[in-house]
Amino acid sequence: MKKTAKEIWVFGDYRNYFRNRVTLQLLAKSVELAKKTGSQVCAVIFGNGVQEYVNEYIAHGAEKVYVIDHDSLHEYHVETYVVLMEMIVRKYQPEMLLVGATCFGREFAPRVAKRVHTGLTADCVDLEINGDGLLVQTAPAFGGNLLAKIITPHHRPQMATVRAGVFKELPHDYHASGKVIPIPVPKRLPENRVRLIRSKHEPPRTNRIEDAKIVVCGGRGMGSKQKFKKLFALAELLGGEVGATRPVVYSGWADDDSLIGQAGRQIKPLLLLSFGISGAIQHTAALSDAKFIIAVNKNPEAPMMKMADVAIVADANQVCSALIREIRERIRS
Amino acid sequence: MLKLIVCIKQVPMVSELPWDSRTGTLKREMAEGMMNPACKHALEAALRIKREYGGHITAMTMGPPMAAEVLYEALTLGADRGVLLTDKQMAGADTMITSFTIARAIEKECPEFDLVICGSQTADSETAQVGPQLAEELNIPCAAYIESLECKDKCLRMTRLSDDFLETLEMDLPGLVTITTRQFRPRYATLSGLEEAFQFSGITTLNAADLGLSPEQIGMKASPTRILDVFSSTAEKKNHVMTGAVKKILEEVFEKFGDKIGSAMEKDLKTHEHSD
Ligand SMILES: Cc1cc2nc3c(=O)[nH]c(=O)nc-3n(C[C@H](O)[C@H](O)[C@H](O)COP(=O)(O)OP(=O)(O)OC[C@H]3O[C@@H](n4cnc5c(N)ncnc54)[C@H](O)[C@@H]3O)c2cc1C
Ligand SMILES: Cc1cc2nc3c(=O)[nH]c(=O)nc-3n(C[C@H](O)[C@H](O)[C@H](O)COP(=O)(O)OP(=O)(O)OC[C@H]3O[C@@H](n4cnc5c(N)ncnc54)[C@H](O)[C@@H]3O)c2cc1C
Repeated sequence: MKKTAKEIWVFGDYRNYFRNRVTLQLLAKSVELAKKTGSQVCAVIFGNGVQEYVNEYIAHGAEKVYVIDHDSLHEYHVETYVVLMEMIVRKYQPEMLLVGATCFGREFAPRVAKRVHTGLTADCVDLEINGDGLLVQTAPAFGGNLLAKIITPHHRPQMATVRAGVFKELPHDYHASGKVIPIPVPKRLPENRVRLIRSKHEPPRTNRIEDAKIVVCGGRGMGSKQKFKKLFALAELLGGEVGATRPVVYSGWADDDSLIGQAGRQIKPLLLLSFGISGAIQHTAALSDAKFIIAVNKNPEAPMMKMADVAIVADANQVCSALIREIRERIRS
Repeated sequence: MLKLIVCIKQVPMVSELPWDSRTGTLKREMAEGMMNPACKHALEAALRIKREYGGHITAMTMGPPMAAEVLYEALTLGADRGVLLTDKQMAGADTMITSFTIARAIEKECPEFDLVICGSQTADSETAQVGPQLAEELNIPCAAYIESLECKDKCLRMTRLSDDFLETLEMDLPGLVTITTRQFRPRYATLSGLEEAFQFSGITTLNAADLGLSPEQIGMKASPTRILDVFSSTAEKKNHVMTGAVKKILEEVFEKFGDKIGSAMEKDLKTHEHSD
């Protein structure tokens, strides 16, 4: 194994900055990991005119920022970024490289891993350092019913991708200072084989559910499309939005946009009402920011019930109908 | 005519996973296999390209001998040929080595391909890494999470939604794309079709030696990642469990948590049945 620098790198994924905070969240986690390994926390950023992000990363925990800033990098481009990352990983040999699991990151990271010939763990839900100083990466597997702990013992850097929302960012520290390492762009960048013809910022297909204060979420336990409709009535009464699990979306009881989970949307409601949902991790991974959860399920042992603040063991339909009545009565006019 | 390769993985049927309730682990060897959902969409994309532009589809899978099932399914649906990579030595490969092994098989069996189509991710380990890494191995351009495809003079025009950007991309073939489950809704195989497919002789089976690979280059041995532990996941917290008559339960809910519900609604709720 090659000797590595005592550095933990975080890829600076700044596209969609205000919605996408994953880089800041990874920096925060790296600060924690670095305490165990005695490493330096570094951000890596490519682009054109990226100084404001450099400052932002320093304010959120980066002690050092590697920057490649050049006109030719005005576009977010996987192929170019892979070439640049490979180049500097080879040069500086960091011991770890963390990448946000955005669409971009999930295409970028595996290609970097391939080029530098190392392991990569996808969509980690936890990262820690073990007794041997290795990065232990916890990733969901087999339909999220299981978690796997994975290490990369002999190859460097140890690489992982992490979804937004898994870790919490540190508060902005206006007094923080960090070292900036500017790196010149290589004289000859390979030509992009995939050409970006157009890129249009699409407001997320619906973002109402992500920002909703109340989400009423239904699963297969609702029983039928007809019965599922009651959830819309409940949501309307509460001023909330309806979310659904994958089997529900697949059965056409709700449309694709209401899918909550790894393959769908992340939510952060003050109140989440969950009806007839078992609580597979692909679904619950999107619920970690829900403040208060009431779950209804016939089965008290369902994982969804275990993570709820209030677990109602009853028929989901009955509770939904009764709740509609109760709320109507209780709203003070 | 386009020479297409579709990479297909057989995965355990998630909804019917047999659990060992005592140890909380999965009896994987007992699970029934199915074609990975995103791979179904990838195959569908290939079938549509074939219909539109003419083509020849090779379906390729790496897995235990029973993985041949997904190839028969693919043949039924309209693939022209199946390639099964199977060898005890190949077992336990991570994505780095899976993509390495598949690439060598592609180079051997269909070096003149135009387009490799993968699913964006699998339903079991779900890494979404094999597609992009396979493109690196073959040294061809790659576009992941594609939602639409058009081909003109061996140039592929594609769209995808990437982090809230609707992107239109172009690449010259040969290349690789990965397909999500958002588009290309798959057709289904009929049982009689499947039975017919089992009569086909369109499947080539290759082991490591056929690919000229030594045991040190493949499988778990060669893989950079190691799985330390696999365990069941339930995030538990202290909670109120309520049972009994629904009416009673809801009364208690409003009594104890009515303020939380009300404040989320930004409305003032009566928390007691007969209050005020
Ligand atoms: C790659 C991949 C990605 C995935 N992504 C997502 C995702 O983004 N979002 C998602 O939701 N899922 C996703 N899944 C699917 C996920 O693993 C689960 O299968 C799904 O969340 C289960 O949905 P469910 O809870 O509605 O159904 P089930 O698991 O079938 O649960 C139904 C629940 O209802 C209860 N119930 C039944 N009848 C009643 C009744 N009358 N009253 C009360 N309770 C009742 C049952 O006890 C059970 O707990 C993904 C899976 C894979 C493999
Ligand atoms: C619990 C567990 C966790 C794991 N975690 C990791 C991890 O973090 N990192 C890692 O590198 N490996 C991991 N693996 C190993 C991983 O399962 C294998 O590398 C597997 O061969 C491919 O990964 P995937 O299923 O995630 O494929 P993905 O990358 O999600 O698959 C994308 C597409 O690639 C194609 N494809 C994938 N596998 C095959 C195949 N066998 N034959 C034909 N086409 C295929 C298909 O088109 C598929 O739709 C893990 C395995 C287990 C059991």
